[in-house]
Amino acid sequence: MKRIVAAVAMALTLTACGTNSDPLADEPAASGAAGGSVTVGSANFPESQLLAEIYSQALEAKGVKVTRKFNIGAREVYLKALQDGSISLLPEYNGALLAALSPNGIPAGVSSSDTVLAELKKVLPSGTEVLAQSTAEDKDTLTVSADTAAKNNLKSIEDLKAVAPTLVAGGGPEFTERQQGLKGLKEVYGVEFKEYKPLDPGGPLTVNALKDGDIQVANLFSTDSSIVTNKFVTLADPKNLFTSQNVIPLIRSEANNATVTGALDAVSGKLTTENLTSYLAQVQVDKKDIAVVAKAFLSENGLG
Amino acid sequence: MNFSYLTDPAHWDPSNPGSIPNLILSHLGYTALALLIGAVIALPVGLYIGHTGKGSFIAINAGNAGRSLPTLGLLMLMVTLLGLGLLPVLIALTVLVIPPILTSAYAGMRNLDHRVVDAARGMGMRPWQVLSRVELPMALPIMLSGFRNAALQVVATATVAAAVGLGGLGRLLIDGLAVNDYSRVLAGAIVVAALAVLVDLFLALIQRLIVSPGLKGS
Repeated sequence: MKRIVAAVAMALTLTACGTNSDPLADEPAASGAAGGSVTVGSANFPESQLLAEIYSQALEAKGVKVTRKFNIGAREVYLKALQDGSISLLPEYNGALLAALSPNGIPAGVSSSDTVLAELKKVLPSGTEVLAQSTAEDKDTLTVSADTAAKNNLKSIEDLKAVAPTLVAGGGPEFTERQQGLKGLKEVYGVEFKEYKPLDPGGPLTVNALKDGDIQVANLFSTDSSIVTNKFVTLADPKNLFTSQNVIPLIRSEANNATVTGALDAVSGKLTTENLTSYLAQVQVDKKDIAVVAKAFLSENGLG
Repeated sequence: MNFSYLTDPAHWDPSNPGSIPNLILSHLGYTALALLIGAVIALPVGLYIGHTGKGSFIAINAGNAGRSLPTLGLLMLMVTLLGLGLLPVLIALTVLVIPPILTSAYAGMRNLDHRVVDAARGMGMRPWQVLSRVELPMALPIMLSGFRNAALQVVATATVAAAVGLGGLGRLLIDGLAVNDYSRVLAGAIVVAALAVLVDLFLALIQRLIVSPGLKGS
């Protein structure tokens, strides 16, 4: 009896294999659809995947044929994939991309959105280009609790200077030694904290420490939904210590055309730090499917 | 990867709070506190269970369960519950040292030569005297080997304190990784390993001094 069951099971498995095409085979090449065909990649974190899915669905809505190759890995890996043509479009961040492409570091004085974009266009690998950048940014911030902000009347990092010696800050361990960290805060704003607790970069330890009052100032990332849920206050950075990190599509020139540019520019025009944060929270906090959240973004912004 | 971080004299300057000597001190501090608390909890329980034979089931299973708890996970859980500070680190490290101390105290008591214990009773010793003059000294070698085992583990694991903003030699590992300074990570790994060996040698010396000469070579 056992043997019969096993044989049937095996037969079923084999049939199942037969009905599907080889899952590893490449998708058929450009099928002559109106808008051409684009292979969209993403980095290995949820925000990048969400942006990649939004790009994909926006392109599909315009009749572009899309292949998804998400969750590729770190920047070193997916930039290679872009250059060898295995992907043709990626959501990127202007500052981080500029840093990765500048062997000697980002030139001094380049940190606002516009200067970063201008500098980035000079160093892009040949055969690739960036489209219009959105105002949505996922960048380093100094963030305080609502209490601390109200008590000390804090709105910008400049306001911190007087009270910083009484405050404990926390965030990733790298923040202590980076120019875009304690060093720059001292040089640019004259801010020196009583103590800095090295915790996790933008992670739950830092968020909870800020919530519990173990630290009063945290280095968080601007699209972190815990900022909104806990009513934290992100301090403005008027002297642009932290390099801008605007979301921007990076594309192989050969895959670009008027339809693709039009679809992606429309997405970038609607993306803001606030709405990216709230849609990302649906993925990370409410555990919704990325494709569902991306669809909601497009339809609620009149793009789907 | 090179030894430059380890050999730079500036990193050995005790007046700098992040220097290697100061990190070693805080590292040894966490280690000693965890061992002390662990011994205060585990020794009496292990001795009682070993002496009476009651609840040996608990000793063995608590030991095995304790060993399988990941310290870093426990630490994060404690930080979530208690907030930042020394207490969550001490709890996580104490849970790590209890099993070897408890099981070795139990094993030391169970593996005594019962004829000797019977002889002690026959000579008219009271239970307390049997425990303190016969059973404890004879169980000491096994108990101390459990303590050395615990010390070795906790020296190597106290690096987790740095993951929640405290000091110790884990700072070299975690900060070094965060800024891609592998020379610093290497320095941290070497100093932790050297410290573990030194602590074990020190405890071996103590063991040699306090174990009764009559038990040696047995």
